[in-house]
Amino acid sequence: MRNWRHRGWNAGKLSGIKLGVNLPPIILNWFAARGWQPRRHQLEMLDAASAGRHALLVAATGAGKTLAGFLPSLSDLIADPSDGLHTLYISPLKALATDVRRNLLIPIEQMGLPIRVEARTGDTPSDRKARQRVKPPHILLTTPESLSLLLSHEDSVHMFATLKRVIVDEVHAFANGKRGDLLSLSLARLQTLAPNLQRVALSATVADPDDYRAWLAPNGDIDQVRLVEGEAAAEPDLTILLPEGRVPWAGHSGQHAVPQLIEVIGRNKITLIFCNTRFLAEFTFQKLWDANEPKYAIGIHHGSLSVEARRKVEGAMAEGKLRALVCTASLDLGVDWGNVDCVIQMGAPKGSSRLLQRIGRSNHRMDEPSKAILVPGNRFEYLEAQAAFDAVAEGVRDGETFRPGSLDVLAQHVMGLACAGPFEEAALLAEVQSALPYSALDAATFARVIEFIATGGYALRAYDKFKKLVKRPDGKWHLAHPQFAAQHRFNAGIIVDAPMLEIRFRNGRKLGKVEESFAATLSPGNCFTFAGMALEVESIKDLDLIVRAATKPAANIPSYMGARLPLTTHLAERVRQMLTDRPGWARFPDEVREWLEMQAYRSQMPKPGQLLVETFPHDKRHYMVTYPFEGWNAHQSLGMLITRRMESRGLMPMGFVASDYALGVWSLKPITDPGALFSADILADEFVDWVESSYLLKRAFREVAVISGLVERQHPGERKTGRQVTFSTDLIYDVLRKYEPDHLLLEAAWADARTRLTDVGRLGDLLDRAADTMLHVDLERISPLAVPLLVMIGRESVAQGSVDDALLMEAESLASVAMAP
Amino acid sequence: MAQSFEFGGQTFEITGQAALYWRAQDALLVSDLHLEKASAFALYGQMLPPYDSVSTLEEIATLCRTYRPAKIISLGDNFHDDDGEHRLAEGAAALLVDLACNTEWIWVTGNHDRAVSGMWGGKAFDALTLSGITLRHEAQAGDPNPEISGHFHPKFRQVLRGRMVKRRCFVKTPRKLIMPAFGALTGGLDVQDVAISKACDLKYGEGVEALVATQSGFARFALASPP
Repeated sequence: MRNWRHRGWNAGKLSGIKLGVNLPPIILNWFAARGWQPRRHQLEMLDAASAGRHALLVAATGAGKTLAGFLPSLSDLIADPSDGLHTLYISPLKALATDVRRNLLIPIEQMGLPIRVEARTGDTPSDRKARQRVKPPHILLTTPESLSLLLSHEDSVHMFATLKRVIVDEVHAFANGKRGDLLSLSLARLQTLAPNLQRVALSATVADPDDYRAWLAPNGDIDQVRLVEGEAAAEPDLTILLPEGRVPWAGHSGQHAVPQLIEVIGRNKITLIFCNTRFLAEFTFQKLWDANEPKYAIGIHHGSLSVEARRKVEGAMAEGKLRALVCTASLDLGVDWGNVDCVIQMGAPKGSSRLLQRIGRSNHRMDEPSKAILVPGNRFEYLEAQAAFDAVAEGVRDGETFRPGSLDVLAQHVMGLACAGPFEEAALLAEVQSALPYSALDAATFARVIEFIATGGYALRAYDKFKKLVKRPDGKWHLAHPQFAAQHRFNAGIIVDAPMLEIRFRNGRKLGKVEESFAATLSPGNCFTFAGMALEVESIKDLDLIVRAATKPAANIPSYMGARLPLTTHLAERVRQMLTDRPGWARFPDEVREWLEMQAYRSQMPKPGQLLVETFPHDKRHYMVTYPFEGWNAHQSLGMLITRRMESRGLMPMGFVASDYALGVWSLKPITDPGALFSADILADEFVDWVESSYLLKRAFREVAVISGLVERQHPGERKTGRQVTFSTDLIYDVLRKYEPDHLLLEAAWADARTRLTDVGRLGDLLDRAADTMLHVDLERISPLAVPLLVMIGRESVAQGSVDDALLMEAESLASVAMAP
Repeated sequence: MAQSFEFGGQTFEITGQAALYWRAQDALLVSDLHLEKASAFALYGQMLPPYDSVSTLEEIATLCRTYRPAKIISLGDNFHDDDGEHRLAEGAAALLVDLACNTEWIWVTGNHDRAVSGMWGGKAFDALTLSGITLRHEAQAGDPNPEISGHFHPKFRQVLRGRMVKRRCFVKTPRKLIMPAFGALTGGLDVQDVAISKACDLKYGEGVEALVATQSGFARFALASPP
């Protein structure tokens, strides 16, 4: 009962709109018995359903979105309770599907309705899965991956023939990624199996709902999707925490604010503390624990903890046993705890939409403000926090970028459908094109995807005799052997983790995972902190890191490659505006204002639209620092490219450092003409060369090779034996790049490298801007604005020739010096 | 940076990532080519790029242009499976025939390809001894003779300045020299793995080294002796 009480079933009055909706008496009575009334947007969803329209509901957390999604289904099923699958509910999170099941079952039970609701995820036992296919429930709760697998079964044709509605929850969280691609393809399939299917999506508030309407609509036709908006939530109560007005020069941790955080925890019932990385979550947890004199119960939650550990913490939260929980994006979605009354964001928020989502985790009563505190870790983060503060006050969200669907995901989908039965190429192409991400897919590319599945798609045509798909005389593509279906189902999925080792105690209890690259730095006897515990390595076996509790605290904390959250273009634009708005500085704390004033005095502040570039000598080197505010990815890429160009122009670059806000480069020779370095042709000349020779394309290739089914996924905990030996996709990449550089998978890897890994779009915008607006200031010494960047850790040194070679030689010579008699 | 090393009273150069040149015998040594590994996977539905054999053999051909060796000795697991020899595609087969015609090609048989027939040229042996050094696929414990073998695909992994460097490597003890895998799609086993230290068959106090090829020679790393 603890959850749904808060989820906005009760508040709200019928706002006078007369909708042509007849709720069955049994539902009306149920509302009335609780002294509640349906909300306007709930009724509008019913109206859309009875008008036979698809619908997108956009509403704040706590507005009763889930119920709004389900009411039309309940209403239908009361009128006609006949057997067969009626509604499919799809959530991006396994745990969420379980949670909604609980929240949906309670009212169904209370109304005494004969409606069967079941969940189906990767954790569902296989006998139940088999039964679900034969005798499906009325409402099935599942994930995009599990749905995709369901569609790979022959009997899916019958199972989905009765389907009336599909509800996609939290659509804002994944529509524009690869899981969104997969789901949009599955929706297209479902529409073929059940032509009158109504599509419904539930979303948090977004900048442009039309993007999501188009994504949801068959053939991207947004007019088919009715937009329903929930009422606005109360304005959040947001503050920026500045202990004694202090904002450090550098760092991201907000460590200076720990004593104040302990006080905040003491003042509130339950506090959620969001951190941007798993590393920062462990670090913050440790610092809080060290300062935790009042001995508050504080927990930690992040995506690399074992499922058991996460469930335990989630359980403790639900039972109200914790006063605070340090967490990461792992809690951006998912289980709502109605009793959270304060949210803290450590470091910079990175985007206004994400921040609003996080704020929405506190206080689910629509009519009361959510309380949230921002803790910037350095001066630029203060500016970013202020920008986010303003954006939240104005209710402005970040825009989302939608990109064409990935070809690796398409390959997985098509293989799945082939497992379900033979298909006709042209008909399937038309179906695939009705999914918005693939609307521009042409017949030739689609044919390449099929050829890729059938034979690997190699120019050499070496595998024509081992075909996985064959075109039979009936003109359809058939699966060559049923064994390939089992193989597909075993390997399908969209999430590809970096190689990980499982952390466990000798008794087998699992704690979670660390990346292989971190594990490689450890040997028996070394200590590190994980899940808030100090651990000592006992041994490393295959894919296991066996640990025991350490006797003393450990400073070493694992870090994870994971995707960095980039600063959104919207917040970046706001920060740039703030820098140029001198009168506005008056509201900043003294330290920040003086820092900016000193910058204006010593160097310059860029005017709106200008890109500031400073050059100055420092510590016997020549520095160039620029402030594009385009996010770490774009700056890191720019650093790589510019140092390459400097190298070829004899400027002898030595290294660079990038943050979300700025890029600094240092060299032995001075840069006199930065304009020549920032020209847009760098994206043609140096970019391709760099991406191909860097780890970026290999990393992207690894993902597309797994998703597309080229290589088998390594399942966690599985031992390497015999034929199952997994081998490095790097080797495959090398061979493929050498002999068939135009292969479909290299194309797919390139698409990922351009969009997600390098942010080349933003980089291009930056360089376009630079051409006309560059403000170059040559200084005698370092500028105030440059300080936070240059004291950062995470500097990159420029690799001369082959990096690994250089490192090996260096290591050998160091070892021989150290070991010399 | 060393260029050559002594083993069993003979001098060897490391060349490429994973080959040895034995000047006194005028022989190029490679191991674990695993030719046709990709097509072996394709049989089971994993359509790996069908270019691994060509890539591997072209690399051998490149080394041959530098050294012009009289012999090429391949230390076992030449083909990924017994049938691999028959699957060898046209381009790769032509390369192999060419190499085997212009040198004395010696196949040492391995656990993956007991039945290597030499249908593209070359002679097959279970093991052979040259200048007092035994050449076989898998190291044999208790053999006091100097011995060069393959089988384990040793790989050196170390984090250097925060960067994980992974390379194929040679493992050298006073009596055993274990070669890395040469094949284009061959993975590796951590050189610290217990299977490798067992194969090293060390006597008390003897040291083990990993030799890692670089562009200009090779780097040596002393490995901790197994307990």
